[in-house]
Amino acid sequence: MIWNEKMECMGREEMKAVQSERLRETVQRIYHNIPSYRKKMQDAGLVPSDIRSVDDLHKLPFTTKIDLRDNYPFGMFTVPMSEIVRVHASSGTTGKPTVVGYTRKDLATWAEVVTRSLCMAGVHRDDMVQVAYGYGLFTGGLGLHYGCENLGATVIPISGGNTQKQLQLMEDFGTTVLACTPSYSLFLAEAIEEAGIKKENLKLRVGIFGAEPWTENMRKEIENKLGLKAIDIYGLSEIMGPGVSCECEYQCGMHVHEDHFIPEIIDPETLQPVAPGEIGELVFTTITKEGIPLLRYRTRDLTRLIYDKCECGRTLVRMEKCKGRSDDMLIIRGVNVFPSQIESVLLEMSETAPHYLLIVEREGNLDTLKLMVEVQEQFFSDEVKQLEALRKKITHKIQSTLGISVDVKLVEPKTIERTAGKAKRVIDNRKL
Amino acid sequence: MIIKQLSVFLENKTGRLYEVSQLLGDAGINMSAFSVADTSEFGILRLIVSDPDKALQILRDAEFSVRLTDVVCLNSPNKPGALAKALDILSREGVFIEYLYAYSMDNHTANIVLKPDDINKCIDVLQAHQMELVKASDMYKI
Repeated sequence: MIWNEKMECMGREEMKAVQSERLRETVQRIYHNIPSYRKKMQDAGLVPSDIRSVDDLHKLPFTTKIDLRDNYPFGMFTVPMSEIVRVHASSGTTGKPTVVGYTRKDLATWAEVVTRSLCMAGVHRDDMVQVAYGYGLFTGGLGLHYGCENLGATVIPISGGNTQKQLQLMEDFGTTVLACTPSYSLFLAEAIEEAGIKKENLKLRVGIFGAEPWTENMRKEIENKLGLKAIDIYGLSEIMGPGVSCECEYQCGMHVHEDHFIPEIIDPETLQPVAPGEIGELVFTTITKEGIPLLRYRTRDLTRLIYDKCECGRTLVRMEKCKGRSDDMLIIRGVNVFPSQIESVLLEMSETAPHYLLIVEREGNLDTLKLMVEVQEQFFSDEVKQLEALRKKITHKIQSTLGISVDVKLVEPKTIERTAGKAKRVIDNRKL
Repeated sequence: MIIKQLSVFLENKTGRLYEVSQLLGDAGINMSAFSVADTSEFGILRLIVSDPDKALQILRDAEFSVRLTDVVCLNSPNKPGALAKALDILSREGVFIEYLYAYSMDNHTANIVLKPDDINKCIDVLQAHQMELVKASDMYKI
């Protein structure tokens, strides 16, 4: 079923007209409310009336995570706080999170795009949806939640973790749709096997998986093990949260809800638009958001856009699965991690030097994070309990900053490689 | 009475202990006593050597995390109950022992290296009870 046939199956010219009108409004809104972006436009010699249609989009300056950090926490909001009904936050590049705010209308838009996405995946109002994304500051849980309610499906708001409970409710409630990170779905599949739960006792038929990169091989494995159709959903909190784009039943790229979010692909080096169909960095412009609209926000995700007609009948442009990042961000168990966050924690602690090495592994189906920190002579104690206390302190600080568990290992000084140029801070051993 | 002990941070990986002993051996530094405290993640090598300051410099130059720690060495009769007697005195006087290790050179006496929380108090207490402490200069010579 197509939830909003008018918007999802619109002709290209008609879509461009809708986008152009909404873009003009958004440019006005930002120009008059966000001094830092107004200055960027002025520096580029632009006034809002220079942007007449989507064809002028490329003239606009970019917005980056650094702009959000510089305006932390609410400086990029274009409405008074009295209009903001919810905030979410994701990892920033340093200790401070990236904060986004939603008006009532924004939440309605979000629910709409998630509902559309669920329909693309083949979910309907008779489904029982187990939302095993984290509920909280992370947009995954609540994003899926309100989309499901808007659709009229039954939501089990179980959030992430608590695997035994997940299995119990899945079996007892007859869950038909599972929404979580792809790696957690594989973890659940193993737990189901170990618990000896028979496949025929489960009613799973659709999986809505996102928030981290996964491969076609993982898709096959998940589909085999759980007996469901695994659908890829994409989003980022800066733009909205999950539901910025989603695959349809044909699983051939994720349809972008481009009447709300205009995608572009640029060359991350030259910052110029690439030729149609080429891989580059995905850039989004939000055109209906009120709380925190963003013009040409650089996602750092590498992908390409497909404008061919899709079998499902939707005309919404599709984006391929992301091929990687144009920065050093890692996605670990659905959580965004920037090496610079770790560096800032270590710099804050007087006992440590900012020399570290992050090792990411996939053990079984779960990502693990190991952090090697050098023991400097000035804070080396010859008592085991002191060193253990130091290790715990580092572990605690890193975990509370990153929001995920980390195994800290103390290593001898100078054992972490120094290079003249960019230091190698991350070893990612996951095969993706 | 205070003895300078070398403490070296070691990762749990093969060859590190060998490297330390090789470096000190090449420099003509003799080890009188040593012990290794190990956890699953790392180890701390503690050693008493003939020239602690020189050994410190050598290991530092080789980029080990190393420091000098003050310890005392008790010379005790090598017979049942001798250690218990010493520890009984220390605990009654409120001296806390962070760690200790011991070795015996002959059949009659044993040396017990102690790292107390308060080293001066520890020395006072032991001497007040006529316990024999090994002089630093003698310790380095062994």
